[in-house]
Amino acid sequence: MVSPLVAVLLIFLVLPIVLIVIVSFWRATEFSIIPAFEFDNYAFLFGSPVTYTVFFNTFKYALITWACTLVIGFTVAYYLAFHIRTLTWQIALFLLCTIPFWTSNIIRMISWIPFLGRNGIANSTLMSWGVIDEPIEWLLFSDFAVILAFVHLYTLFMVVPIFNTMMRIDKALIEAARDAGANGAQILWNVIIPLTKPGIMIGTIFVVTLVMGDFITVRFMSGSQSANVGRLISNDIALLQYPSASATAIVLLLTVLITIGILLRFVDIRKEL
Amino acid sequence: MEPRPRSFYILSAFFALFILFLYGPTLTIGILSFQGEGGGLTFPMRGVSLYWFYDLFEQQAVGDIWGSFRRSFVLGLMVMVVTVVVSVMGGLAFRRKFPGSNILFYLIITSLVIPSILISLGVGLLFSQSGLDVHWSTSGFGAQLTWTLPFGLLIMFAVFNRFDKSYEEAARDLGSTPWQTLRHVVLPIIAPSLIGVALFGFTLSYDEFARTLLTSGSYNTLPLEIYGMTTNVTSPVLYALGTLTTVFSLIIIGAFLFVALIANKRRARQDSDAGKGHL
Repeated sequence: MVSPLVAVLLIFLVLPIVLIVIVSFWRATEFSIIPAFEFDNYAFLFGSPVTYTVFFNTFKYALITWACTLVIGFTVAYYLAFHIRTLTWQIALFLLCTIPFWTSNIIRMISWIPFLGRNGIANSTLMSWGVIDEPIEWLLFSDFAVILAFVHLYTLFMVVPIFNTMMRIDKALIEAARDAGANGAQILWNVIIPLTKPGIMIGTIFVVTLVMGDFITVRFMSGSQSANVGRLISNDIALLQYPSASATAIVLLLTVLITIGILLRFVDIRKEL
Repeated sequence: MEPRPRSFYILSAFFALFILFLYGPTLTIGILSFQGEGGGLTFPMRGVSLYWFYDLFEQQAVGDIWGSFRRSFVLGLMVMVVTVVVSVMGGLAFRRKFPGSNILFYLIITSLVIPSILISLGVGLLFSQSGLDVHWSTSGFGAQLTWTLPFGLLIMFAVFNRFDKSYEEAARDLGSTPWQTLRHVVLPIIAPSLIGVALFGFTLSYDEFARTLLTSGSYNTLPLEIYGMTTNVTSPVLYALGTLTTVFSLIIIGAFLFVALIANKRRARQDSDAGKGHL
């Protein structure tokens, strides 16, 4: 029963990773790659100050995006789960939140241009209100735009798992807390948030890995002015420097897997589905 | 019904803003794609016209938009079918522990969390080193499966976690073979979820960019074509294309949701037992 699954994962997941590990020890000339066993790629990677800046950037994006998506995602899920009273409406509004997920990410990034551009909606609105005299330059093609796009694309990955765990909270527990004299904030902090933790963890895993592995959003929304690890890899690939791309990719993979390993200590995914 | 607390109205406003945040930009390019002939990438609108849509149908200098759309569509269907079949088989298998089931589970999680550029790079290397040509229907197809299968499987795990096994036991007691049980009991009960898996399979493939980047060869899929356009096209024709493919996505999503709704209605009308143990 599982053999097709195993076959797909072996050929298109395990083998490629193994190959990346192997190639990361190879040597590259300008137009070809040569089998070798040397640590030059790694030595260069760890010896370059760019690497540390880029890794720092990657974590910065992941952390800020995580915080924003968590706050927004939790609030939306809380609203849907506890303030909407009929299941039909819950499903309808939930679908309304999920539909953009099934449309193209690239189009959704492009769609920020008319809003954030120098003569875009945001600038012209602010100018007509008299808040600013000159267009703000850092709206598009900046770290701000990158994080905005990440939040726009990935908040959904927080909403869905948090909503899922919230829907399984026994309403009697909340009634009991209220009967025992807890106010709204206390119920939220002492009952709902602890019971929602598994959902928060799953959402965190999604958001953190998507942001850490990204290269296209950063490139597009920063106008090629900022870099994260993914961009470092894709730049090497564009220059046909596969060995050095591979070495960076392996370090990125280990970073992501260690992060996930730590997060998985707090949640048993299979139980929470 | 008890009166709504004040927090309800505050949160409603927050939710409305969130929806605006989600849909606003897409609607903006939807409007701007009807920009007049002399119009630019942002407001104001210089007249209203279908100029940029015509442009899309005529000018093919930038690439092969319709060819890439056809490829993306076919690839989406291929990925969808394989995702549904393999996910159901995997979901059934994972109901029991089997040798290696833990490792396989962690492989599925790895497949989900691995940065997509690694798949692109690794599959690209695998094909070039073994002397094969990368092509969207082979390497691109496999690379996309590493993204759609984990979603399909996670949905199936969730479905089977809630599955009431007494239906199968009842079927067995009545003398049905394992295949009959699967065909007439299990599959009808999980059918609505399969529509969900299919929706994920198709749309995730249709929109996938990073995993196809190095694995699609010389024939681009639609997202790659659009990405190529962003670097050298600076007219609203980009918005026109964006609007068209988003409308296409919405039609597909609508069709899937409609089928799911019909399936649920029909089951409710027939008042069959099937699926009652589902929730």
